[in-house]
Amino acid sequence: MGQNQSFFSNGSEYLIGVLFGLGLMISGMTNPAKILAFLDLAGNWDPSLIFVMGGAVLIGLVAFYLAKKRTQSFLGGAMHIPTRRDIDRPLVVGSAMFGVGWGLAGFCPGPALVSLGSGEMKALIFVIAMVAGMWLFEQTQKKSV
Amino acid sequence: MTIDWTSFTPGPASAGGIILGIAAALYVLINGRILGISGILGGLIAPKRTDWLWRASFVLGLLTAPLWGKYVFQMNTTAIIDADYLTLIIAGLLVGFGARYGSGCTSGHGICGLSRLSPRSLLATLTFMGCGFLVVYLVRHWI
Repeated sequence: MGQNQSFFSNGSEYLIGVLFGLGLMISGMTNPAKILAFLDLAGNWDPSLIFVMGGAVLIGLVAFYLAKKRTQSFLGGAMHIPTRRDIDRPLVVGSAMFGVGWGLAGFCPGPALVSLGSGEMKALIFVIAMVAGMWLFEQTQKKSV
Repeated sequence: MTIDWTSFTPGPASAGGIILGIAAALYVLINGRILGISGILGGLIAPKRTDWLWRASFVLGLLTAPLWGKYVFQMNTTAIIDADYLTLIIAGLLVGFGARYGSGCTSGHGICGLSRLSPRSLLATLTFMGCGFLVVYLVRHWI
């Protein structure tokens, strides 16, 4: 990759990261109380998250339809779109663990990083634990290889 | 089930969701990759010489988004975090490990996976939402 291409590539990474963060903030998803109010079906239910997912998937359906037809990205790199369709244990067990953690604190990775950026002390604690969890996962991978 | 009409914000939720969709769209079309935050961040744990910079650039974008929001767009956001430190640590460990073990989180499986009509991501999304519903029910209405 040339120097110019690398500049545009990493610049776009940064700007899309900012855009995604702003989307999370506007949608209210950086507020754990709002996530938990969505997950609380038996309480005072706040269905907002469905509209967040709906809006995102509406755009995403078009984008991925177009992306699947391409052989390279706009910047000329390879397309890395997953092709696996098999259902396995790690997918279900991992997602279940994720869901339990999500329901306990109301944070998932994106909103946690954005909240950390706005200086929330509790988000810092969560992110440190989350990175530790990811590190633990890497250790289990090393053993099995 | 009772809907909390005072907290329900379909307008900002849809607008924010569309922005998330545009970000995921730009990401796959420009960079050719899935916008999955746990995957992008997780790859920084054992980074390769060729991939740490783009990963770090994206994560820096998320971390600095509140600065753009505050100083450029004059946005006010509130975050109410009720969980205590112990809960946050347990939750963080589960979210970090689980997202990597299950190959994705709310962005990679939830937004991108459903958009690509992936059966794996649909199952993952149903699983983590189901577990989220269950845990909140147990914590708020059972214990």
